[in-house]
Amino acid sequence: MSAVEKATPLDTRLGALEIPAGSFAAKARRAALDRLTAMGLPGRRDEYWRWTRADALSAADPVPAAPFVTDEVPVFDGLDRLKIVFRDGVFDAAASDPFALEGIEITRLAEAPELGWAAGFYGSLEEAGQTPVKRPFAALNTAAATDGVLIRVTGRPSKPVNLIYIHESDVSDPILHHCVKLEPGAELTLLENGPAGARFNKVLEVEVAEGARFHHVRAQGRDHERRAVTHIFARVAERGLFKSFTLTVNGVLTRNECVITLAGDDAVAHVAGAALGDGAHADFHHDDTVFITHDALNGESRQVFKKVLKHGAIGVFQGKILVKPGAQKTDGYQISQALLMDDDSQFLGKPELEIYADDVKCSHGSTTGALDETALFYLRSRGVPVEEAKALLVLSFLADAIDEIEDAALKDEIVARLEAWLARHRG
Amino acid sequence: MEQELEIREGVDRETIEAVQNMGSYKYGWETEIEMDYAPKGISEDIVRLISKKNDEPEWMLEWRLAAYRRWVTMEEPHWALLDVPKIDFQDLYYYARPKSMEKKPRSLEEVDPKLLATYEKLGIPLKEQLILAGVEGAEDMPEGERQVAVDAVFDSVSVGTTFKAKLAEAGVIFCSISEAIKDHPELVKKYLGSVVPQTDNFYATLNAAVFSDGSFVYIPPGTRCPMELSTYFRINAENTGQFERTLIIADRGAYVSYLEGCTAPKRDTAQLHAAVVEIVILEDAEVKYSTVQNWFPGDENGKGGIYNFVTKRADCREARAKVMWTQVETGSAITWKYPSCVLRGDDSQGEFYSIAIANNYQQADTGTKMVHLGKNTRSRIVSKGISAGQAQNTYRGLVSMHPRATNSRNYTQCDSLLIGDKCGAHTVPYIEVKNNSSRVEHEATTSKVDDDQLFYCRARGMDEEEAVALVVNGFCREVLQALPMEFAMEAQSLVAISLEGSVG
Repeated sequence: MSAVEKATPLDTRLGALEIPAGSFAAKARRAALDRLTAMGLPGRRDEYWRWTRADALSAADPVPAAPFVTDEVPVFDGLDRLKIVFRDGVFDAAASDPFALEGIEITRLAEAPELGWAAGFYGSLEEAGQTPVKRPFAALNTAAATDGVLIRVTGRPSKPVNLIYIHESDVSDPILHHCVKLEPGAELTLLENGPAGARFNKVLEVEVAEGARFHHVRAQGRDHERRAVTHIFARVAERGLFKSFTLTVNGVLTRNECVITLAGDDAVAHVAGAALGDGAHADFHHDDTVFITHDALNGESRQVFKKVLKHGAIGVFQGKILVKPGAQKTDGYQISQALLMDDDSQFLGKPELEIYADDVKCSHGSTTGALDETALFYLRSRGVPVEEAKALLVLSFLADAIDEIEDAALKDEIVARLEAWLARHRG
Repeated sequence: MEQELEIREGVDRETIEAVQNMGSYKYGWETEIEMDYAPKGISEDIVRLISKKNDEPEWMLEWRLAAYRRWVTMEEPHWALLDVPKIDFQDLYYYARPKSMEKKPRSLEEVDPKLLATYEKLGIPLKEQLILAGVEGAEDMPEGERQVAVDAVFDSVSVGTTFKAKLAEAGVIFCSISEAIKDHPELVKKYLGSVVPQTDNFYATLNAAVFSDGSFVYIPPGTRCPMELSTYFRINAENTGQFERTLIIADRGAYVSYLEGCTAPKRDTAQLHAAVVEIVILEDAEVKYSTVQNWFPGDENGKGGIYNFVTKRADCREARAKVMWTQVETGSAITWKYPSCVLRGDDSQGEFYSIAIANNYQQADTGTKMVHLGKNTRSRIVSKGISAGQAQNTYRGLVSMHPRATNSRNYTQCDSLLIGDKCGAHTVPYIEVKNNSSRVEHEATTSKVDDDQLFYCRARGMDEEEAVALVVNGFCREVLQALPMEFAMEAQSLVAISLEGSVG
């Protein structure tokens, strides 16, 4: 590049990155870099980034963010699980459990020079997920991820795998990429929690084979100042099941994309999220962007997203159901709801349907408004103090999303976190 | 009981008749008439020429030129879910006028009978038959008869407006926009471009530069327009773009119901129609705008048809203003149209009822925008999309609640119906809520024609096409009911005709 030419934001971003070389993923990384170069980073007029500014995610360096210090017991701590800990994106062997669990093989991306199953898999779902909509940060992740886990599930492990992301440095900028492959009939529960760094870019690729079941529950940590862009790419084969729930409280900026293809007949995919934001401490901008493609017969998909917003918090939902020609008997459902606790907060939504098959049942609904005054009045007239009444109503508003978590213990864990948040953010 | 049965039979008979009358596009013929064309292509000279042909004042020419200069810097929009073939804007005629209209006829009696015959054939009461025959006093028809005043636009010019005198009595101005520019410059200057600015979007800007005619309506304060007003658009000439511009102003406390219809001959080359409709509604006034859009949709292989790229917007400028858009979109090869409501005045209301039918290779991307700016504003959207054949039908809409628009309400319902497995139905709603005392609700469903309902109809002796037409009419019921009576009848049979050949 000549000195006269102005560096593009992508040049600047790439200049700050070090692309790991030499592993089984080298080819996939190069291809991802080419994809990224061809598409560039999201611009101000990018329709897919209409309501979320990508500047802080595109910049060469992260905006410094102080870790949130609390003595509270981290989420999922009481559960029996296999812990894998990343501290500012760096694997912490001492804090992690040995990767030994029946029915499952776990390897780290940074430590897998050759890995048969993952060689063709790494980056493949991300690449497929680039059409029809470009997802530059995911391509960037595939190209530059420094670590992550590669999990192959052959049976039904006795306990969940928990990825824990600890944020310690003000300027950490981790890029992690995980691959999960469930063989036919296998089953796995994957838990994720923690903010990971000042700025976090994460990709999770999940292949669900025939009759396999994948459960995913994540809590994105309590740090107010962190920024995160995450992508889930999943492909669900015949009779496969994919279920994912995300809890987001706090965070200056969160963009969670979820791209799922129902590739086999009778496949099921549910994605849900509860986001609670209070702009009083720091900005809160939360964006759920979901794209579900039905490409087989008799598929079922559900998107359930709820947001509770106060003090200038902003919630974004872009959800799409695409039913391809021939994907008959599809049952697609989508609901996005926002509760605006005061006049400063905003909800911006685009619930989309694109349907090319006739024998389908697809619907979506979206509502936005304040807490129901009548219900509030009823509770107060029964002697419930106003703040408690509000918390009760907010919890019932979130119930549909939380109900997407199948495991009762996990559900209780999430509800407890929600209650604690509500107790902290009264008024 | 017996009577009730008879009525029901009557309804059935009517439906069956409508279905039996289903033919191919009914308005596909062409009027052979000598035309006066401006040279092909667009340039500042063409803009000047159009302005000159309309005998316009300097300020109007300047307005057009400003639009033209902006337009050359603009790009066609690509965001709609449409596959629009490249349009060569230099290969179109921007002005076509029947030769006989060179000298504007002073009254309908001077209008070329061929033109009148064209409209008669289209079934438009351009001039009631009595008036046509020159019977004195025919305009003072007995009270109680339903009267509709019509402005008829043939290619680039308005050929006549009926009931002008009667409307003038009530203080209503209803004329072509070219006349309004000459006769009521103060109103045109004040309101033209105030809802859809010259530079609004690619097609609206093109229209601002080259619009040749259209209708103008002004309803004075406190006046209820004594009859329904209507404009009929006919594209006749080949390779001609039609760019009409309609401006409706309802002053304080006024009311008007306005109908619009459109047809074009069957041709295998596509034609461009880029219209602009602006509606200004002041305090306590109400406007109902109903469209039955039946431009030639192209043949069953997708050849020809009208490209309908239209900008329609109503501005509820003051308190308690009210607007209602009702549209039945059955024609056009490609439709790109979003009649919108800007709810600026407190307590103002906007409603949008739409049926969009796309069959064969038609493509429709249509919907509305409800922009809530004032307090306590209300809006309602009911959209019914029907796709058949290989068609693609998209609802695209925006509901926006600004921070100041407290205590506002929106309810949106978008339903899509698919007939056959080669077509597509899509929904792209945008929702922006920036205050918490407002409530926004959006619901959308997509399904196919219900098998049980079809089976029931078949069991009653209908063949499949009749049964589908009946079920589809039921699906559209909420919108059909919002239409003025004579439009509702026409729309109902159009629904059946548009779906012809889509079953089996």
